[in-house]
Amino acid sequence: MNAPITRELTYSQAIQEALAQAMDADPTVFLMGEDIGVYGGAFQVTGDLVHRYGEDRVMDTPIAELGAAGVAVGAALAGCKPVFEFQFSDFSALALEQIVNQAAKIRFMLGGKISVPLVMRFPAGSGTGAAAQHSQSLEAWLAHVPGLKVVQPSTPYDVKGMLLAAIDDPDPVMVFEHKLLYKMKGDVPAEPYRVPIGKAIVRRAGTSISIVATSIMVHRALEAAEILSTEGIEAEVIDLRTLRPIDRETIIESVKKTGRLACVYEGVKTLGIGAEISAIVTESEAFDYLDAPILRLGGAEAPIPYNPVLEKAAVPQTDLVVARVRDLLQGRV
Amino acid sequence: MPIEVILPKVDMDMAAGTISRWLVKDGDRVKKGATIFEIETDKSTMEIEAPGDGTIGQISAKEGTVVPVGVAVAFIFGEGEDAGAIRLPSAAPAKTADAPKPQVVAATIAPVPAGDSLKPRATPLARRIARAHGLDLAAVAGQGPRGRIRAGDVQQHLSKPAAKPAAPAEDYDLVPLDTMRRTIAERLTFSKTTVPHFYLSASCDMEKLLKLRAEINALPDLSKLSVNDFIVKALALALRQVPEANACWSDEGIRRHRGVDVSVAVAVEGGLLTPVVRAADSKTLGQIAAAVKDLAARAKERKLQPADYAGGTTTLSNLGMYGVESFAAIVNPPQATILAVGAATRRPVVVGDEIRIGTRMDCTLSCDHRVVDGAIGARLLAAFRALIEEPIRLLV
Amino acid sequence: MNMTARREADATNERPFYRQFQPEALKEALRRMYLIRRFEEGAEDSYMRGLIHGTMHLSIGQEASAVGSCMHLGKTDYITSTHRGHGHCIAKGADPKLMFAEFFGKEEGYCRGRGGSMHIADVESGNLGANGIVAGGIPIAVGAALAIKKQKRDDVAVSFFGDGASNEGAFHEALNMAAIWKLPVVFVCENNKYGMSVSTERSMAVEHVADRAAGYRMPGIIVDGNRIEDVSEAVMEATARARAGEGPSLIECKTYRIRGHSKSDRNRYRTKEEIEEWAAKDPIRHFELELIARRLLTESDVDTIRAAAEQEIAEAIDFARNGTDPSPDEVTRDVYTIGPWA
Repeated sequence: MNAPITRELTYSQAIQEALAQAMDADPTVFLMGEDIGVYGGAFQVTGDLVHRYGEDRVMDTPIAELGAAGVAVGAALAGCKPVFEFQFSDFSALALEQIVNQAAKIRFMLGGKISVPLVMRFPAGSGTGAAAQHSQSLEAWLAHVPGLKVVQPSTPYDVKGMLLAAIDDPDPVMVFEHKLLYKMKGDVPAEPYRVPIGKAIVRRAGTSISIVATSIMVHRALEAAEILSTEGIEAEVIDLRTLRPIDRETIIESVKKTGRLACVYEGVKTLGIGAEISAIVTESEAFDYLDAPILRLGGAEAPIPYNPVLEKAAVPQTDLVVARVRDLLQGRV
Repeated sequence: MPIEVILPKVDMDMAAGTISRWLVKDGDRVKKGATIFEIETDKSTMEIEAPGDGTIGQISAKEGTVVPVGVAVAFIFGEGEDAGAIRLPSAAPAKTADAPKPQVVAATIAPVPAGDSLKPRATPLARRIARAHGLDLAAVAGQGPRGRIRAGDVQQHLSKPAAKPAAPAEDYDLVPLDTMRRTIAERLTFSKTTVPHFYLSASCDMEKLLKLRAEINALPDLSKLSVNDFIVKALALALRQVPEANACWSDEGIRRHRGVDVSVAVAVEGGLLTPVVRAADSKTLGQIAAAVKDLAARAKERKLQPADYAGGTTTLSNLGMYGVESFAAIVNPPQATILAVGAATRRPVVVGDEIRIGTRMDCTLSCDHRVVDGAIGARLLAAFRALIEEPIRLLV
Repeated sequence: MNMTARREADATNERPFYRQFQPEALKEALRRMYLIRRFEEGAEDSYMRGLIHGTMHLSIGQEASAVGSCMHLGKTDYITSTHRGHGHCIAKGADPKLMFAEFFGKEEGYCRGRGGSMHIADVESGNLGANGIVAGGIPIAVGAALAIKKQKRDDVAVSFFGDGASNEGAFHEALNMAAIWKLPVVFVCENNKYGMSVSTERSMAVEHVADRAAGYRMPGIIVDGNRIEDVSEAVMEATARARAGEGPSLIECKTYRIRGHSKSDRNRYRTKEEIEEWAAKDPIRHFELELIARRLLTESDVDTIRAAAEQEIAEAIDFARNGTDPSPDEVTRDVYTIGPWA
């Protein structure tokens, strides 16, 4: 039995590979999005797929997010499996009608008689100077909606596996990709594989505190954990990976072990995923194991600013994670 | 239009009640007339029926909470109706002239301790560890912010060599007050403090009564009589002979009742109830026996109806079965008299100039002096005694 | 290329509608119209008795556009519909029993009581559902047409919508995409002159919805929506175009709804005269007179059809009333296909 071949790919190459392998395996899979054809996609994710699979399967849409999202819903209802790319996650606001009122609810409203096997991909997050309308992290909005599944893969390995799992999934899956991760490199097996939706993963084991993070914040949390380790604080870093359905068990087991919790995420702090994680812990048996208040490190209560210093200050950075966790462990919170 | 299920008034003077048991839950289908919940009143447990057919829902009063009379505790929905169809009253419901003030509805949320409570700040984990070791957190020094006790602080405390002894546990069990206890407390305090009591005692010769009873009970086809049955009849007939004592106090005047209804004190778990033997003066001993047996059984099961315990023109309390020789009871307002009888005991008695052994029963009549003066009370007691000592008179 | 046209009945020659369909099919069409009419009246009655939750949007007076369009559709063709979708549903072959069961919120309903009037659907017969969002179904129909084209089927998707929807962004985006991708979709606009309470005069920048077709490179045809033959002939051409791979069409049916927008409508925005004027143009009466004139039916036959429809509706309501209520324990059933997670 040969070991799987892995090689180093970037996050965006891993996405492209997943899309190609999905289209190879299933003729009903096709792509839709703005400028994903010969342009190759705004973030060069689709690249040369149009040359390999043709314009019928790699469809450029007009700039009409609402209508195009609706077309994707209709195609999914009629036997196809569309993978729809939003050029920026911010533009999902135009399509919320079809995502929230239609895709998320059709199965339920129709008594379970049909499914909506739709995948939507959202380049999200800040750090590229694109400013307020092109830098948001809106995954919590969609994670609030029953009927949708929402994932945030944080590594090349995970994005390929989760995207393939999303395309397999008969329900609508929203895939949030952080723009700053597109160039991140990692080991990715060549053959198709799946990373399950709904399972978090412990990236680093520890005993002093559980840090639950999403997307790019997983990497900042890991960096922070290395620094904290030199001070005798061993952080356990959990990559949440899926926001809906959320993996309660992994979070609860970790907090029972460490007695402390910090949530680190880029979405605006208030009413974001950290609020849900905190509530899960206090509602569970992990409550009796808490030995400190729960920390939430999230985005600032402001649109993402243009100025680069402000842009960085608007979301958690590694040194902030270090400082706040240190405060907590040293009894100042 | 959903049908309101209200907490009904089932007792005079009832301002509120406690639902002691729900027999249905939200979503159950009910038929008109089916029992859906029970109310615990002063006197007994009342079964309340569904006012219509449908599905019961929106049950808003939990078992054990006190609810004012007339408040909706649930709704019965017809086909296709739901909570959206409930119309809330736009104005307060019209009150009758002597509508009782609603009592405070028991809070289902525990009261928030005011300000900096006496409870120490501690993390959940610290509490857990302290609980596991039976440790009172008040004894632990918290080193966290604002004096918060953390797990480490508890561990530190536990590892100290000279541990403080745990605070002594309380040396009593707290029994919450139920409706019956509350009522007994209120009414008897009221009686003892406002009714001018006086007490008359007499000893009754029980020879003839006990012999007569034995003769009757020897006959196989008659139901057995207890001594108490004779006493009830005697008291009732005595009141017929002294009608001024068959009276109740009211602010408008003294009510001289035409019939004699004897309330009989029955001990039940947690307290006592006084079901009424109606028209005891006209009942035969056998009928009195049957009535008392039935009422006592239902009292013990808390299945009395208001008709069973309303009214009464006098009360009989018999503690003889407990060996009590004599005692004085508290008048049961608005009644004017209560007779307390003890055990019939063998004791030395004077007959002529000799000391003999006789069987005597001590009775004490408590009277409300506003209604019954000394002479009336004395006549009543004398009449009672005469009937007890010549029990043949009870049969005619 | 302005393809707006008005089709008039040609009384001298027999028109295509009466030549194309056999008498049985024509009678069936009339029966369906009666079924819709009685269905709506029955739903209205049940609603007023408090048996139906929520509200409803009745299509009384619009039976011809529903039945005339669906006469050209088979089970594998798709339709999407509006909040006023009971007529389309019945015209596409739905069973009134299961529709009423849905309105009564029962498990036996098409949507197992989860959808109600505004989301009534029958996916097995290609009805992708009524829609509570104005213009919500238009891009979905285009998507279904895209799937048809990809799967190389010769089916069509018909999108029913109203005059109000033609002002929504989704309408314009969807028509544009249908045209650039040459998709087999027929857009059927039932212009009943009002988007809820606002008239087309006050809300639309053009006089006819069909005028907008020119902006999207497709034929735009206006028909008398209360004459089933006019509707049917236009839809026949449009579906033929679509099946032949020639792309989308827009058909505007001029019609009227006799009842208010929903059960809460007090009709403050229109006059009694206007309502009565249109009531006199009853599409059912028009059609049955045409059939009688052609000796395909007698008045007595019509009575029989009407009575049968009434009977069917009465039985449907009974069926629904005795249906099974869902259990509150199953609130989250069917939110997902794989699941459930809390």
